[in-house]
Amino acid sequence: MTEPIYRANVLVCAGTGCASSGSRSTMAALEAEVQRRGLQNEVRVVETGCRGFCAMGPIVIVYPEGIFYCQVKPEDVEELVEETLVKGRVVSRLVYEVPDTQQAVPLYEQIPFYSKQQRITLRNCGVIDPESIDEYIARGGYEALGKVLQEMTPSQVIDEVKASGLRGRGGAGFLTGLKWQFTAQAAGDIKYVVCNADEGDPGAFMDRSILEGDPHSVIEGMMICGYSVGAHEGYIYCRAEYPLAIKRLHLAIEKAHEYGLMGKDIFGSGFDFELIVKEGAGAFVCGEETALIASVEGRRGEPRPRPPFPANQGLWDRPTNVNNVKSYANVAQIIRNGAEWFSKIGTPKSPGTAIFALTGKVQNTGLIEVPMGITLREIIYDIGGGVPDGKQFKAVQTGGPLGGCLPASGLDLQVDFDSLRAAGAVMGSGGMIVVDEDTCMVEFCKYFLTFATAESCGKCVPCRVGGRRMLELLTRISEGQGTMADIEMIEEIARGMDSDSLCALGQLTPGPVLSALRYFRDEFEAHVLEGRCPAKQCVALTSFYIDPAACKGCGICKRACPVQVIEGDRRMIHIINQDGCIKCGTCQEVCPFDSVIKLSGETIEVPTELIPVGSFGK
Amino acid sequence: MVLEQTKTEDRAAFDEGPLEEILDSFSAQEGAVIPILQRAQQAYGYLPEEALRMISKRTGFSLAQLYGVATFYSQFYLQRRGRHVINICDGTACHVKGAPRLVTTLEEELGIKAGETSPDYRVTLEVVYCLGSCALAPMAVIDGQVYGRLVPEKVLKLVRELD
Repeated sequence: MTEPIYRANVLVCAGTGCASSGSRSTMAALEAEVQRRGLQNEVRVVETGCRGFCAMGPIVIVYPEGIFYCQVKPEDVEELVEETLVKGRVVSRLVYEVPDTQQAVPLYEQIPFYSKQQRITLRNCGVIDPESIDEYIARGGYEALGKVLQEMTPSQVIDEVKASGLRGRGGAGFLTGLKWQFTAQAAGDIKYVVCNADEGDPGAFMDRSILEGDPHSVIEGMMICGYSVGAHEGYIYCRAEYPLAIKRLHLAIEKAHEYGLMGKDIFGSGFDFELIVKEGAGAFVCGEETALIASVEGRRGEPRPRPPFPANQGLWDRPTNVNNVKSYANVAQIIRNGAEWFSKIGTPKSPGTAIFALTGKVQNTGLIEVPMGITLREIIYDIGGGVPDGKQFKAVQTGGPLGGCLPASGLDLQVDFDSLRAAGAVMGSGGMIVVDEDTCMVEFCKYFLTFATAESCGKCVPCRVGGRRMLELLTRISEGQGTMADIEMIEEIARGMDSDSLCALGQLTPGPVLSALRYFRDEFEAHVLEGRCPAKQCVALTSFYIDPAACKGCGICKRACPVQVIEGDRRMIHIINQDGCIKCGTCQEVCPFDSVIKLSGETIEVPTELIPVGSFGK
Repeated sequence: MVLEQTKTEDRAAFDEGPLEEILDSFSAQEGAVIPILQRAQQAYGYLPEEALRMISKRTGFSLAQLYGVATFYSQFYLQRRGRHVINICDGTACHVKGAPRLVTTLEEELGIKAGETSPDYRVTLEVVYCLGSCALAPMAVIDGQVYGRLVPEKVLKLVRELD
């Protein structure tokens, strides 16, 4: 090994977010520039996994200083190399600026988006080259596996994981160690370990980031689990929508084999382990463990009643431990640093960290990892930077389409499994979507129900029929045809779905609607009783008007109207014929004078015939 | 009439070669139905009836079972698809940031509904739930390439540039 000692490392994020912002060409430009200046033995350019701050991509970090550059384009590269890598100066125009104060923050760890985070599960993401097993090992990787295989008995491993208090990161929050114990105690010679990487929740991408940014951490966790439950074969069920994650998993498995960390007689311990990657085929319900197992077996991914639980009767009817990507990714560190270390992070009942995909109407969108117990306010305002464009915060939706939403009054709630559930939202897999005043809660619920009904597998009646009926009722409400009895009916259907559905998909489908009714009931009632959509989003309840006092008679709206319902002439006040209007909003968008207004539940007075600009009301 | 003709042509043109290879490579694997269908679709662009029949014959899975699997998962297509595939993400983050507008814009532009393929097989327009790039919402994937922070004009431009 004659690899030179580099004086600087330039880390380029190549997660899917940064990649679609063009990080590949930035990377290529950096490599070329470093070559051109003959710095290739002093400066190393590394492609890393996701750094989390996707909104600012492509992200480039220069070490050892830790200078954080945002939105680096190929044309910025020459200056970056010249200034930072040759002269040792910061390129201030590429540095992160706090949106409100315009204060420049050159160093990675001082950026507010990162300073409140605690990266444990994601500790390697964006730091190492995910395609290099050496870098994973250099950061302590596979130490835990060695320790487990050489110094610990399977039951000691289970006790350690139990003592850490780690709870399943897939959303339900069941004790991981206990789950392992069930599988370990189940009768049978052949057992399996399965990793649920079927991250189907819209608005969640943490599993993908881990698989893309630190695949070995998941593999190591699965192998430790395999050893402790007595399994020699593992399956990673990954969405086919994540091609990069699949590629890196395959590569990581191949490397682990090469290094003797997988296969037969690992570390001379006599323990054998093989790992197979299975690609999902696009069915949300496969995130449910029994459906996932059916899919791995090559069948329709329909859930079945539990018990028997997979721990006793799982893949091919054999004892199977199923955990989420994040759960496995935590295991190696728990073993290496001890259960006590882990249990001190977060809250006593929900130890460790939580990863959220913070998206929607916040300044700083991206992937964050925070200690459990942090408040929603800290996440949304301190890390997320608040709601952009001076709009009002309205709600935060957690747990994806099967989760729930919380209003502003819930912002001081501590984030952990139990307190979120008590408030009607759930931890779920970690999507966190912020919505502002422009989002109508009725429409928002309709959206989630549309998703849930489309993804219902159709096996059990409460989910298949209940979801549809609920969606019909909500549609009626959003069209101004609803009654108060419809709201009651929604609640009744919700109770039935919750108690009688076969799996979590049906049980949790009513979640978003119920939480919206709990916190935003007045908004539903405004639709029903006043025919008004407060957010002015429900098409049937809104109308567009041209403000006669503001219209300049330029005719732009008239020409742009796709259904030609705007009447007007040069220097005449334009009028929208309400009967034919399809409410597409084009006129409002094109009007250079902001004269088109959108109303719900009210009207304004407009001229009945064409009159000259400025003459209305005179 | 024209449709009938294409159908016969398609049938005549069905090349068993690629599928033969796929089936050989999976012959001994338990539960390989989904991977076989995935590879077959990769080879043919969709799952022609002939392919399903052949898979059934060779693997012993009944045609009904294969059809059940193929229709359960959103990834499988029983109809021929366009040369270009546009996936508009309507995940929650994209939804609140304006994905529905992108969909209606393209529906108007292409004269087809979401989920349909243009009659000349140029494009297939699809709405999908979450492609995991929520920080760049609203986003779309066109022929495998990710495009973020879209607005109707930008997506129109991208689609008009397709051959």
